[in-house]
Amino acid sequence: MTDPNTLSPPSLETHVAAHDDTFLDTNELVINMGPQHPATHGVLRVILRLDGEKVLGLECVIGYLHRGVEKIAENRTYTMFNPYVDRMDYVAAVSNGLGYCEAVEKLLSVEAPPRAQYVRVILTELNRITSHQLWLGTHALDIGAITPLFYTFRDREEVLKIFEKYCGARLTTHAFRIGGLQYETYNGFEQEVKNFLNFFRPKIDEYEELLTTNRIWVERTRKVGVISGEDCIALGVTGPVLRASGVKWDIRKAQPYANYKNFDFEIPTGQNGDTYDRYLVRMAEMRQSVRIIQQAVEGIPEGPIMAKVPKVMKPPVGEVYHSIEAPKGELGYFIVSDGSTQPYRVRVRPPSFVNLQALDMMCRGQLVADVIAVIGTLDIVLGEVDR
Amino acid sequence: MVARLKGMHGSGIEALTHLGQNYMVVDRSLMPEILQVLRNEEQFDYCVDITAVHYPKREKQFDVVWVLYSFPRNERIRVKTQIADGASLESSVPIWATANWLEREVYDMFGIKFDGHPDLKRILLPDGWKGYPLRKDYGILQQDNEWVQINLGIESGQ
Repeated sequence: MTDPNTLSPPSLETHVAAHDDTFLDTNELVINMGPQHPATHGVLRVILRLDGEKVLGLECVIGYLHRGVEKIAENRTYTMFNPYVDRMDYVAAVSNGLGYCEAVEKLLSVEAPPRAQYVRVILTELNRITSHQLWLGTHALDIGAITPLFYTFRDREEVLKIFEKYCGARLTTHAFRIGGLQYETYNGFEQEVKNFLNFFRPKIDEYEELLTTNRIWVERTRKVGVISGEDCIALGVTGPVLRASGVKWDIRKAQPYANYKNFDFEIPTGQNGDTYDRYLVRMAEMRQSVRIIQQAVEGIPEGPIMAKVPKVMKPPVGEVYHSIEAPKGELGYFIVSDGSTQPYRVRVRPPSFVNLQALDMMCRGQLVADVIAVIGTLDIVLGEVDR
Repeated sequence: MVARLKGMHGSGIEALTHLGQNYMVVDRSLMPEILQVLRNEEQFDYCVDITAVHYPKREKQFDVVWVLYSFPRNERIRVKTQIADGASLESSVPIWATANWLEREVYDMFGIKFDGHPDLKRILLPDGWKGYPLRKDYGILQQDNEWVQINLGIESGQ
């Protein structure tokens, strides 16, 4: 062993870090986040290129949940494929079903009867509320606020109860059929929806009390993940992200489907295109959904719930593209029919997949902790990204 | 609009309407220019989707479809072109940034190559996978067993 007395005493010269080139390595660092990471909302793998804590660029690796939904569609009849679409964006299953049913109806040149249209709007908007609630809870949890999660899940339960009572399922509802609805509304449906609306209105204020002026929340979200309206359009980003960047565009208004043109509502927009504005836009959207449901539930007409649709569906040869405003953005179905009972090709244009492409651009120059916030604010569902 | 495009590019363009939706079938040789014109002069600033359809019995086996939307005009249009197996198309990434992942997915599922794409590789399936699942000759239960055995250590994914 070396006698410590024989060692030369430490000198300031040799121990000052600044003199040592290797002490603070300034090389870029590549690290891996995911696929099993609690803040990626599923199985998303992100490869980050970092300079210290600053993100220089990132690459998304996706496909872990790929189930070949489009291939399955080609091997099922139009009716048999209907429940599969619920499994893509499983937190907004009703919207997926609406888009698919309307696309096939277009192909068949039938239209759902007015009563069915009203019930569809009510359920779809209720689903938009649950989707935004789940987004708010998990997004806040990612950033470090645990309380909103309990609040939103408590209130989301009320909607899920309505779904369960209506069609027996809470998440993958399979609520709609091609041509209308399978089930008539249960006794007291209208009253329960109205009760929910009265219960939910003050709850939105409660969420906002927790976050809107919360200093930590504002500091963590303002000027984080900024994207301009032009960049959104170039990257095909739609939904609340596009609207928070100041582009007033909502398919429910621009190219109305179902019977949205009968309802009075506004398109909330933001100006800054940052995480905080996206939060405000989604909060305002929940209020608008409440407004739509209120009008719809007061005006449900009597009548049949199913249009005349043949038992064996053989849409005429042709193709159709139909898109709706899902809670996450433009959800489109491109269906090609060859005149047989099975679709020749079904292409799903998923909003989450296209929106996720903007992650790289939104995270550049931000900190690692902000990547978590940006993934949350994009509101992606990996089941829909990977299909 | 189509009349003007026809005047500029001759007979390679055919405009059709089905179920009230407009689409045009464009010859492959005109392909990048027509998209460029639609983007720059006709204000189709948003590329909604790019996808393909496989017709194995046809000589030119694939239909590649661009779904476009114009914010100023509030109008949709589809642009279709036919290409043969093994042929490639000019990438539309320089026209719309969103085409990046969409073209990668078309490559992943159909094996259609896009020239000039910045990073053309598989997106949903693993990099080493063999075969293109959305082609009609790819069975629904078929998979790359070799890949499954090497990477997952199981006999078959079924």
